[in-house]
Amino acid sequence: MKSDYTATIGLEVHVQLKTKSKMFCGCAVAYGAEPNVHTCPTCLGLPGALPVMNLEALKLTALTGLMLKCQIAPVCKFDRKNYYYPDMPKNYQISQYDLPICERGEVPLYDLAYPKDAQKSIANPGKRVRLIRIHLEEDVAKSFHFESSTGIDFNRAGTPLMEIVSQPDIELPEEAFAYLTSLKQALIYGGVSDADMEKGQLRCDVNVSVRKRTDAAYGAKIELKNLNSISGVRRALAFEINRQIEALERGETLRQETRRWDDDLGETTLMRTKESAHDYRYFPDPDLLPVRTEVFLDEVRSRLPETPWEKRERLEKDYGLSAYDAGVLADDRPLSAYFEAAARGSARPKSVANYVMNDLLSALGAAGQTVEECPVRPEDLKALVTLVDEGRINSKQGKDVFSEMFSTGVDPQTIVRRKGLQQESDLGAIEALCREVIAANPKVVEDYRGGKSVSINFLKGQVMKLSKGKANPALVGETLQRLLS
Amino acid sequence: MDQIFTLDVHGLRSKLAAHEVSPVEVVRALARRIEAVDPAVRGYLSIDLERAIGEAEAADVTKPLGGVPIAIKDVISVRGAPCTCGSRILAGYRAPYDATVIARLRAAGAIPFGRTNMDEFAMGSSTENSAFGPTHNPYDPARTPGGSSGGSAAVVAADEAFAALGSDTGGSIRQPAAFCGCVGFKPTYGRVSRYGLVAFASSLDQIGPFTKTVRDAALLLNAIAGVDPCDSTSLDEPVPDFTTNLDRGVKGVRLGLPREYFVSGLDPQVERAVRQAVEHYAKLGAEIVEVSLPHTEYALSTYYIIAPAEASANLARFDGVRYGYRAEQPGDLLEHYGRTREEGFGAEVKRRIILGTYALSSGYYDAYYLKAQKARTLIRDDFSRAFRRVDAIVCPTSPTPAFKLGERANDPLSMYLADVFTLAANMAGICGVSIPCGFAEAEGKLLPIGLQILGNSLEEGRVLQVANAYEQTTDWHKRRPQSVTGNA
Ligand SMILES: [Zn+2]
Repeated sequence: MKSDYTATIGLEVHVQLKTKSKMFCGCAVAYGAEPNVHTCPTCLGLPGALPVMNLEALKLTALTGLMLKCQIAPVCKFDRKNYYYPDMPKNYQISQYDLPICERGEVPLYDLAYPKDAQKSIANPGKRVRLIRIHLEEDVAKSFHFESSTGIDFNRAGTPLMEIVSQPDIELPEEAFAYLTSLKQALIYGGVSDADMEKGQLRCDVNVSVRKRTDAAYGAKIELKNLNSISGVRRALAFEINRQIEALERGETLRQETRRWDDDLGETTLMRTKESAHDYRYFPDPDLLPVRTEVFLDEVRSRLPETPWEKRERLEKDYGLSAYDAGVLADDRPLSAYFEAAARGSARPKSVANYVMNDLLSALGAAGQTVEECPVRPEDLKALVTLVDEGRINSKQGKDVFSEMFSTGVDPQTIVRRKGLQQESDLGAIEALCREVIAANPKVVEDYRGGKSVSINFLKGQVMKLSKGKANPALVGETLQRLLS
Repeated sequence: MDQIFTLDVHGLRSKLAAHEVSPVEVVRALARRIEAVDPAVRGYLSIDLERAIGEAEAADVTKPLGGVPIAIKDVISVRGAPCTCGSRILAGYRAPYDATVIARLRAAGAIPFGRTNMDEFAMGSSTENSAFGPTHNPYDPARTPGGSSGGSAAVVAADEAFAALGSDTGGSIRQPAAFCGCVGFKPTYGRVSRYGLVAFASSLDQIGPFTKTVRDAALLLNAIAGVDPCDSTSLDEPVPDFTTNLDRGVKGVRLGLPREYFVSGLDPQVERAVRQAVEHYAKLGAEIVEVSLPHTEYALSTYYIIAPAEASANLARFDGVRYGYRAEQPGDLLEHYGRTREEGFGAEVKRRIILGTYALSSGYYDAYYLKAQKARTLIRDDFSRAFRRVDAIVCPTSPTPAFKLGERANDPLSMYLADVFTLAANMAGICGVSIPCGFAEAEGKLLPIGLQILGNSLEEGRVLQVANAYEQTTDWHKRRPQSVTGNA
C-alpha cells in the first residue's frame, strides 16, 4: 500500500451454530443431505406454522460473547426483518434488531494468526479488533440455478446463524486474515461452530474504504462479496485497496458499491452500485416472547472454555514453552490437550512438546490420522521422555522407540526391554568393562594421570564400544574417573 | 332420529354414549341437513364426506367428544384438507399437518367435519370478503352472518353443525355469534394453541368454539385449551374442567357495565335487549356496578395499526413460490411476486397489507406502531383496573344486529365499526363470550342480538358461569331461524 494512504476495513461474519436442531423447529442441522429432507412446516414457512426458540442457539451465542468479552443483554428479543426473496420461506427473517444478545467485545490478533509470510513484520503487534455486536438470526435456504429453472433446498433454512460485526478497526489485509483466524479458533474452541468456510459455516462480508492519511473523512465504503476462504479475504482486500488507491490517484471519485471477488481471476468486479437503502420494516416478532438471559447465563458461564489466547499464555507459564511452541500447540485444541496430558507431571515438558510437535505430528501426517486417533497414549509418551531424560536410552534410540510405539501402540518400557536397548547401568558390569579398558591402554591412562584430562574420552569410547553402546555413558564416565583417581 | 341435527353437543353425546345413534349415522344425518339447507346459507366451503364417515366408523364414543363432528373455519390446518383462508391465493394448497386444536379434538374423539367460509384471511366482519362468495345469515338470507368466522356461526345457527371452531382477532367469533344467535367464545390469548392457525395478527389471534349452548362451549374448551410446546405464546397454566362451575349462578357476582359502551351509534333495540339482560342478572342476584374503560375510544384506531402491521409480515409468505396460487408467465421475480399477490389477494387484504406496511415503514414506525403499542398498554390497564372491581363485564357484542349484504361492503370504516365493542378484548388479551339475549325486528325479520360477557385473563370458568346463569333462565338460545329450518 502506498504509504500516504490508509485503509479502513470492517467485517461482518456469519457463523452457523453447531446445534443439533434448527433455530425455531426440531429439524436436524445437517450438511450434505438430499435436498429438502430436513424440513417441516415451520422451516418451510407453511401457513399456520410457528417458531419455537432453540435455547441452545442462544446459549452458544452468549458463550461466544463471553469468550470475546462482550456485554450480554439482560433480555433477548427477536424481530422480523421483512424482505422478499425465494430463499426466505416466510419473506421475513427472524433476526435481532435493536437488542442484540452481545455488544462490544474484542478479538485479539496474535502473531501466529497472521499469514506465515507476514508474521515477521507485524505492523501492530498485540492488536485487538473491537466488536460492535453479535446477534442471532435464522439462515436462509439455498438456491440452485438450473438451465431454465431454479431449485430451492430448504435444508439450510432456519439453521441458527450468528452475525458478528466488527468495528472498522482493521487497516491491512493481513489483519483481516489474522482477525478471521483468531475468531475462527475461538469459535472452534467454544464448540460454537466448526467454522468451515468451504462448507459455508463461516461466511464473511467485508467493507473497505481508503483515504489519504491526511484526510479526516472516510472514503467511499465498498462492500466485497463471494469471499470463500480466509486467504481469499486477504487477497481480495489487497487487490481492492490497490484498485481504490489507483483510482483515486487517477483523480476518480469512488462511490459506495458492492463488488464481487473472483478468486480465480484474482480481481473484484462491480455487482451493483448503492441502491436506495432497503427498509426492512423491523418489528418485534409476536410469535416469540422475549427471553431473560439470566435463566441460562450461569450454565453458559460454567461451560466457558479457556480461550486460545488464555491457553497460549498458560502453556508458556506452566510448561516453560516458548511463545512459538505455545502458539503452535494452542492453535490445535486436540493437540494441546494431548500435550498437556503427556506433559503434566513430566520433568521435561519442553522435551514432551518437541516430541509432540515434531515426531508425533509428522507421524500422524504420514499416517493420515488425527490426534484423537493417535495410537501413542500420552502417558506412554511421557514415559519415553523420562527414559531419554534419565539416560536410560539415548535420544537417537528414543526416536526409534517412538516409531515403534506409533506403529504398535506398545509402551516404551516394553519396547526397550524387547529390543535389548536398555542401557547397561549395572555398576559391577560397567566396572569390569572399565578395568578391562584401563588395563589395555596404559599409555592413555598415563596421559590422563599426567593432566591430559580429555584422554578420558578415548577410554570412555572404548568402554562404550566394548558394551556395544549399551553402557550408560554417564555411569561409564563416573566409574572411569573413580578408578583412575 | 331425523331431527338429530337439532341436538347440541351435550345432547348428542348422551345419545352416542348410549349407542342410540352411531357416529356414522350422525355424520350422514348432518350431510343430509347440509344438503337441504346450505345452498341457502353457504356456510361450508368444502366437505370431505368420505373421510368423515371413515373417521366416524373409527370413532370411540367413550371419549369426551367421541363421535361428534365439528365444523372447522377454513383458516385452521387439517392434515390433507384444503385450507383456503377464503382466499384465491391458497388455491390448491392442502395442509400437510394438523393444527394443535385439531389434534386435540381428535384426541377427544371428535371428527373434524367440513370447512367453513370466512372473510379472506379473517379480515372482515361480514364474510363478504371471501373469495368464494358470501355466507348468508340464517335468520335473513339478505343479511350477513357477521365475520370473519361467519361460516362457522351460520352453520351452527342453522343446525348444519353441532359445533364449530372459529378464530377471533378483533371479534371474529363473538360478532358473528351475535349476528347468528349462537354462543361464540374467545379464550384468553395463549389459552388455546395457535399452531396451525393461519396467522392474521399473531398477538391478537385466538381460536375458540361456536356452540348452541354455553355448556357445549365449556366442553369444547376442555378439549382444546392448554399449553402447547409448538406455540411459545401459549400459556403454561393449569386447565380446569370448564363445566365444573357452570351452575353456580351469579348471586353476589359483581358485573361491570362499561359506561363507554352505551353511546350514540348503539342500535336502540340492541341497547334495550342488553339493558334487559342486565336487569335479569340483577334479579338473579348479581351486583351491577358501573365501570369505566376510558381508553375505549382509541381501541379501533390502535387495532387498525397493530393488526395490519402484523398481517403485512404474516401474509408475506403467500408468494406463489412454494404453494398456492402463482401468476402465469411472469417476466421476472419481481413481477412474479407482484402479479401473484395482485391476482391472489382480495381488496380488503391488500388494503390492510398496505396499511400495515406503511405503519412499519422507517420514519413512521414510532408515530404509528410504537404509539399503538403504548395505547394498547393503556387499554389493557383499563381492563385490569375494572377487573379489580368486578368479576365480569357485560355489554353489547356489536352495536347493531346483522346488516345487509352489500350494505357496508364498500365502506371499510363502517365495516370496521361492527367490531368496536369486541376488539378491545383482543388488545387486552382477555377472554369473552357472546350469547343470545333477544331479537331485533327489521323489515319483518327477527334478528338475533348478542350479549357480550368479558372476563379477566384465564377467567374462562367465570365467564362461562355468568353466561350459563343467563342461558339457564332464558330461552333465547332455543330459538332457531325460521327462514331456513321451518321447524322453529
Ligand atoms: Zn423444520
